[in-house]
Amino acid sequence: MTQTLSLTSSASAPNLRAALRRAERPGRLGALALALPALLFLIVTFAAPIGLFLTTAVRNPEVRDTLPQTAAALAGWDGDGPAAPGEAAFAALLADLTRAKEDNTAAALGKRLNYESAGMRSRIMSVVRHLGNFKDGALAPQFAALDPVWASPDLWAIIKRNAAPVTPYYLLTAVDLQQDASGAITRVAEDQAVFLGILGRTLWIAGLVTGATLLLGFPTAYVISLAPARIAGFMLLMVLLPLWTSLLVRTTAWVVLLQTDGVINQVLLALGLTTEKLQLMLTRFGTVTAMTHIQLPFTILPIFSVMKSIPEGQMRAARSLGAPPFFAFWRVYAPQTLPGVTAGCLMTFILSLGYYITPALVGGPRDQMLSNFIATYINRDLNWGMAAALAGLLLVMTLSIYLLFLRLVGAERIKLG
Amino acid sequence: MNTMTLERRRLGDEPSPTPAASPMVVFERVQKTYDGRTLVVEDLNLAVRRGEFLTMLGPSGSGKTTTLMMLGGFEQPTNGRILLEGQAVERLPPERRDIGFVFQNYALFPHMTVADNVGFPLRYRGIRGAEAARRVAEALAMVRLDGLGERRPAQLSGGQQQRVALARAMVFKPKLILMDEPLGALDKQLREHMQIEIRRIQQQLGITMVYVTHDQSEALTMSDRIAVFNDGRIQQLSDPVTLYDRPENRFVAGFIGDNNTLPCEFLGSENGLAFVRMKDGTRLAASGPAHPARSDLTVSLRPERLGLDDAGSAENRIKARVLDKTFLGDRVRLTLEAFGTERLVASLPAAEGAAVLPGRDVGMAFSAADCRLLAR
Repeated sequence: MTQTLSLTSSASAPNLRAALRRAERPGRLGALALALPALLFLIVTFAAPIGLFLTTAVRNPEVRDTLPQTAAALAGWDGDGPAAPGEAAFAALLADLTRAKEDNTAAALGKRLNYESAGMRSRIMSVVRHLGNFKDGALAPQFAALDPVWASPDLWAIIKRNAAPVTPYYLLTAVDLQQDASGAITRVAEDQAVFLGILGRTLWIAGLVTGATLLLGFPTAYVISLAPARIAGFMLLMVLLPLWTSLLVRTTAWVVLLQTDGVINQVLLALGLTTEKLQLMLTRFGTVTAMTHIQLPFTILPIFSVMKSIPEGQMRAARSLGAPPFFAFWRVYAPQTLPGVTAGCLMTFILSLGYYITPALVGGPRDQMLSNFIATYINRDLNWGMAAALAGLLLVMTLSIYLLFLRLVGAERIKLG
Repeated sequence: MNTMTLERRRLGDEPSPTPAASPMVVFERVQKTYDGRTLVVEDLNLAVRRGEFLTMLGPSGSGKTTTLMMLGGFEQPTNGRILLEGQAVERLPPERRDIGFVFQNYALFPHMTVADNVGFPLRYRGIRGAEAARRVAEALAMVRLDGLGERRPAQLSGGQQQRVALARAMVFKPKLILMDEPLGALDKQLREHMQIEIRRIQQQLGITMVYVTHDQSEALTMSDRIAVFNDGRIQQLSDPVTLYDRPENRFVAGFIGDNNTLPCEFLGSENGLAFVRMKDGTRLAASGPAHPARSDLTVSLRPERLGLDDAGSAENRIKARVLDKTFLGDRVRLTLEAFGTERLVASLPAAEGAAVLPGRDVGMAFSAADCRLLAR
């Protein structure tokens, strides 16, 4: 019997597998067809824009588009030498900037080169302003007359380097690194190194918020899971209610509570718990408190759903076997809530990493998180390259933490929802 | 363990006056209500003997599980006392009662190995290291799960999980083991196998067990004594044979096994037999608890105790019409019409019933002892 079976199965295994695939194809196609609209929607509105935006972190079009002749003239020049390039490069730059003035692209070029070296913007703009004053004859001395730096090779090396279509500049800056004149990667000066500090602060605030929600959420979830159905329903509603309120409204409400003449200070004064008004707004404490309030449901719900699935008998069994209540809880119940705790904490931590509005309204300058800087680069500085690089950093950070969690805890032990 | 074995008592033993024979558990006028209006357990008085296998049998909502939970310490009695080896334990938390409990769904701890599950009660009794390992191995061997200690409960079959739960409940040598419908989730064959296993272990260890089930055949198979629960009261407490042969009221008669229940009228008693008149005037000799002349009396008659009239010594002989005959393999089942228009069911060995034909009249006979006169 077994022999017959193994004979047939080994002889026809490939056919059988193909037949299985054939038989399952309509089902798979059907499933794909059902998921396709949402998938397309996500690709068009989510994946593609984010992907395109992230490429701006390495795109470097300004020099290439605005100074094509200069780039060509510099191609043969050895940037490592002690001398500035020859007359041809100056002529090419003059021609390119004349075009740029007509096309109104000189300012963008100046701004881009200014990232590399402070003062580049004014040098470019001064050349553009004096375009009419250049006379025939040697151009190099005339440039040097506007600014002696034009005679130095360093400036030309910067232009030559940025003639490339991609640049590591934004990504390096996002992790407090830079490329010096020779192209070597070095740490930026102490007083300019900000982004790693901001990244650390972002992680720290997200961690504080996660810890606080767990501390408040775990007992809450436990109480709800034990409550009779009707009371549990009501309590769950109270947990969910904030989720249905706009984030902005809740944050503004915290502003009302926390401000110097706000509700909290008035109550504390009235109760005599404090003699002077406490600074709550624009502090780390205020930021973490408001974020904890907003994130609480995200931590509670997965924990609650896992707790609901733990049979009542577990605690009873532990008690009947001799474990006092606390040990029964700690050794039998708590370990079984881990998938929910992990999921809730992961969700809150990752969502907290991207917080923007709450720190912006409630936090002080030293509580601003990475997202605030991304927003500033996009809205105020119009430096999309830097914004994309920081966004990329945040994305990589988030994904690494997620993958780390999966490795440490195991995918099957995280129960989202 | 030795003392346990010595103390173990067999079915039918008379309680002796030695202290060793004092009851393991006594319920004294125990009442329980959850809502303050209806009593789930009304006035329970019950003594569990040392070393016996006592089953609490009844339909759902009869109070049997509540009684078990009160004994286990998970529910508090509203009134009355529960004595464990003579000590009142109503206010004692479960972890201090030293009672092994096997739950309906086993309640194994999924995040621990089988060995850790079984060893769990030992760590709260100061038993650690080699001694704990030895006790765990011993308990696993007792339930025939040697070598599976490193598995997780989820990797075991339902029957194996059941055994782990049993091993865990007895590894710390508790005073008694409580079981709440432990076999309900198993299929029929495994259930019957486990019934025998549990009974074997109980007899081997001489441990007192209180077992809750709604399955009457399970109760009959395993128990030394059975307490039949209904509406929060014990309807009858006896050994399985007595319970089956001599039910004391109509609920017990109907709940245990099949029964024909026929209305009748009490005529009088004579020589220990009761005489009743059926609807059509037929006079029958019956047995049963003495009843005053009540209007709601019935006789109960088990289908397999009805035989073909072979002119034997049976006190009662009746004529009946065969309405239907069903072949069941080893037996045939007859649906009869007798005492005017009453229906009754008889179950005969297949060979005996072969000659009986539907539509014909047939003579049936049964003894007075099998014809139970019951009230309520």
